[in-house]
Amino acid sequence: MLDVIAAFIAELRKAGIPISMTEHVDAAKAVGVIALEERETLRETLAATLIKSQEHRPAFDLAFDIYFAPRRGKTNGDQEHSPEEQGGDGDSIEDQLLGPEGGFGQRREMSAEELMQLMEDAVRRNDTTLRTRVVNEAVTRFAGMTPGRPVGGTYYLYRVLRNLDLEGLQQRLVDEASTSRPGVQLGAIEQRLLADDVARRIRGLRLAIEAEIRRRLVEDRGAEALARSVRKPLPEDIDVMHATREEIHTLERSLVPLSRKLAVRLMRKRRHGRRGPLDFRATMRHSLSTGGVPIDPKYKNPRPSKPEIFIIADVSGSVASFARFTLHLVYALASSFSKVRSFVFVDGIDEVTHHFDEANDPAEAANRVNTEAKVVWVDGHSDYGHALSDFHARYAEDVNSRTTVMILGDARNNYHQSSAWVVADLQKRARHVLWLNPEPQTYWNSGDSIIAEYGAHCDSITEVRTLRQLEAFIAELV
Amino acid sequence: MSARFESPASVAERLRAAEYLPDSSIASTVFLADQLAKPVLVEGPAGTGKTQLAKSVAEITGARLIRLQCYEGLDESKALYEWNYRKQLLRIQASQVSGDGQKWSELEGDIFAEDFLLTRPLLEAIRAEDPVVLLIDEIDRVELETEALMLEVLSEYQVSIPELGTVTAKQTPMVFLTSNNTRELSEALKRRCLFLHVGYPTIEREREIVETRVPGITTELADQVARIVGSLRELDLRKAPSVSETLDWARTLVVLGQESVTEQQASETLHVLLKYQSDIDKARHEFLVAKS
Repeated sequence: MLDVIAAFIAELRKAGIPISMTEHVDAAKAVGVIALEERETLRETLAATLIKSQEHRPAFDLAFDIYFAPRRGKTNGDQEHSPEEQGGDGDSIEDQLLGPEGGFGQRREMSAEELMQLMEDAVRRNDTTLRTRVVNEAVTRFAGMTPGRPVGGTYYLYRVLRNLDLEGLQQRLVDEASTSRPGVQLGAIEQRLLADDVARRIRGLRLAIEAEIRRRLVEDRGAEALARSVRKPLPEDIDVMHATREEIHTLERSLVPLSRKLAVRLMRKRRHGRRGPLDFRATMRHSLSTGGVPIDPKYKNPRPSKPEIFIIADVSGSVASFARFTLHLVYALASSFSKVRSFVFVDGIDEVTHHFDEANDPAEAANRVNTEAKVVWVDGHSDYGHALSDFHARYAEDVNSRTTVMILGDARNNYHQSSAWVVADLQKRARHVLWLNPEPQTYWNSGDSIIAEYGAHCDSITEVRTLRQLEAFIAELV
Repeated sequence: MSARFESPASVAERLRAAEYLPDSSIASTVFLADQLAKPVLVEGPAGTGKTQLAKSVAEITGARLIRLQCYEGLDESKALYEWNYRKQLLRIQASQVSGDGQKWSELEGDIFAEDFLLTRPLLEAIRAEDPVVLLIDEIDRVELETEALMLEVLSEYQVSIPELGTVTAKQTPMVFLTSNNTRELSEALKRRCLFLHVGYPTIEREREIVETRVPGITTELADQVARIVGSLRELDLRKAPSVSETLDWARTLVVLGQESVTEQQASETLHVLLKYQSDIDKARHEFLVAKS
């Protein structure tokens, strides 16, 4: 057991979760006092001792499922290892359910339709035992798993889901449920609840399929090898430019607590930061109580530095999600700045400040920016040169010595003119011009990236690829 | 020290008896906290029963609850101990008046004795003779530096007072720290604690909670309330309804004499559940406009 825990911890560390020696010792001690037969207790025990932040929990659960994969009991273990013995397989399911309707005639092979029927029943009645069996069968049948292949299982999952048509199932169940009592018109609430309920069950089914595939992969290749192929970065370490849709969703969720934490930190920093200059008047006033001797000097409260922020963000293609996060985060902290104005561009530029002022939720505003801003001038390919000179013509007057200009983009200009003189001029007018580049530093100035040309006129160019880097950058800014 | 609980299952059972419905992670963590004599750091959204957990554990173990409410600016003299400086002054004056010629060294030993010590929650928990549960509420509100005050108490169950020496706990108290996660706690603190995340309950558990906590509610209504709240939480709201808000809502419906939630009623009482106008509008839009 201790060996397994050590290996498990090594895996967690590789996934980026910091685990100290003491925590390891705690986990080992804790395992000694609990009943090991109960998998869920073991899971919670290890979670309580090893991870200290809820953001790490998904990574923990994934690793736990791999390292402490449930072993099959004897009965279904057999079918598991010899998929060709379909007879035994059908038997167990038939007992459960085919008995009354299917009869004994079709013991051998279940047809795909029957499998679908079983699955529908399982979801309809929320019967987890039946679900487990159906999932088992579906994976055997559709995943087409090849032993020894070094994959994480995403493809297998795709293959199973393609064959199962879960959306169709969901639709059917919702329709069926809402017309189950003829004559009774269901209210809007009931309808909605039913739909959500079915959606939840379908999600459960999906997760069960995923877990089953993973379990088989563990059996095939061993925990360590599989862990290596499915390991995912922690939310704050996800590379925004290459994030999948699912990852973007995770990021969005972690953005809200992140901005809240950052706001609290900045507020504290401001309150405790510095002491202002001597307040001569107040000192003299207080010295009266000590006979005119200024024993207790008084200080003025410091003027908070509230920079004006101009954000100029490239929202083309892959950089778009990055721009959205930055806008979201800056607006969540709007109280720390005296003014925030935002502009987005692809090859044309448009001011989007009003979207954020009107909406009371930065995330919603960021979504509207993507759909409503007029950013295309000619062909919808990034043209920094045109966008910047356009910015200069329309808004440069407003940039003054209190302004910090942040430019977001990869500076991939599609070989258009650079108009770097705009950046140079902005630098003269503004307090700072900062460039945030979501590309790794090694890619800079390769291909059509002309970051160096602009960079020559910026106060700093920062590589910001992950939320962690973004957070650090914005904390510096205030 | 004898253990308070035999197994996670017994923790769950006894908490249930005290009208607190734990899930498996709560039960196992409380069990472990007792077995390993470690504090528990409870984290999660507001209104999910973090503080209540400590209260309920105190109740089932028959212990006294000592609560330290944290706030910005909390310091040693509020959290640990303070010398009763007025009483010390009186003692010195008394010795001068009576003129018994006590030497300073004797007097000093005298005025820094336990008689002159004002115990604050942390020290009180350590010195208690009877079983206690120490609740350090909203630890994330204190500054990073103040956190360090608690480290000795949390890991060694002792407090060092320079004039007196070290006070060690006579019995290991159960310690709960709660945090709303408004800032990152220090590594040193987290390392010393078991971590427990109390999130929103599943629909089944929430229904049970509603049934136990709201007297006079029908099973049907409780079920409907739990399902509606469960669905609401899946929407992208600024503030998802917490368990305590669910309970408030259920109570409101009971007071209104409802058997089940109708559109009309839901629309009128939604403000009990949701605290932002934009959220209320969104919920109305999603729930009350029938999809045709």
